[in-house]
Amino acid sequence: MSIEPAKEPIVACEKTEASQSPLLPGRGTVDVHLREILRDVLALDPEQVDRFDADTGLFGHLPELDSMAVASLFTEMEDRLDIIIEDDDVDGEMLETYGGLLTFAEGKTVTENTPKDGSS
Amino acid sequence: MALTFDGNREDRLLVLPALFDEANKMRRLTVEVMHRLDLSGVDTFLPDFTGCNESLQPLAQQTLANWRAGAEAAAAHFNPTHVFSIRAGCLLAPPHLPGWRYAATTGAKALRSLLRARTIAAREAGKTEKTDDLAILARKDGIELVGWPIGAALFAGLEQAVANSDGQQAAIEQSDIGGAGLWLRAEAGEDPEQADMLAAIIAMGMLEP
Repeated sequence: MSIEPAKEPIVACEKTEASQSPLLPGRGTVDVHLREILRDVLALDPEQVDRFDADTGLFGHLPELDSMAVASLFTEMEDRLDIIIEDDDVDGEMLETYGGLLTFAEGKTVTENTPKDGSS
Repeated sequence: MALTFDGNREDRLLVLPALFDEANKMRRLTVEVMHRLDLSGVDTFLPDFTGCNESLQPLAQQTLANWRAGAEAAAAHFNPTHVFSIRAGCLLAPPHLPGWRYAATTGAKALRSLLRARTIAAREAGKTEKTDDLAILARKDGIELVGWPIGAALFAGLEQAVANSDGQQAAIEQSDIGGAGLWLRAEAGEDPEQADMLAAIIAMGMLEP
């Protein structure tokens, strides 16, 4: 019996999370939107953005992602994910890696959409 | 100052550019659309708002009202048949001209992005700034936001500004032309296919018999 390295750990994790809360947008949905937004901001190929994992470095690692670009990124996240990003939400951790940003976005989506999202 | 493709032709389009940081990111696409329209037989006129691009006036002294008056003056001078406005440029489009608004944004959203860019840059520098505090300061004294000195009057004007939507000018959304909005790009880019689509939508509207 051979033990294969886990090929898609993030995907597997997403499925687990999504199945726990059927009334909320699944983790997969936020993940997909966030990758699309980063693709648009960084002008990358979809394949490149698909390879982002939790440890992929963002702010401070990608020179083109300056403060104006991050501001555009946040504005677009607010529009597409229907969330509001406050000053206090922004910290080094949420901006440093893709995993940090995704965790933040998921948390916001759950908090802000819970009361009104039961019907959709 | 204005960039023009003027062949003294019948179909004449006033082009009102995006503002601030987005003006730089959208400049190439804007001019590419104008070039394509020139080849289709449409004259185009892209003025600089006072205080912007090659204008020698100080940006800090501009107001929403004088930018709108500038757009009206450009309309009087170039005698366009239509207007095509982009992003926050849509806030300044003369309402009497038919035409198109591309991916219109509100003044409040435009300011929000600039304010946020400033607070993020401040955080990087080890300072803490709050967007709400900055907005209060800006309404009173004006403010410099990531390199753009914005006077109190312009700030207050933009906070309330929304594009005129009385039906003369059709909305073109990003989903109508495909691809991702170039104003989102971290670095200014171009997209020939988007320029083709925009020029096609405008040319079909202007040149139909």
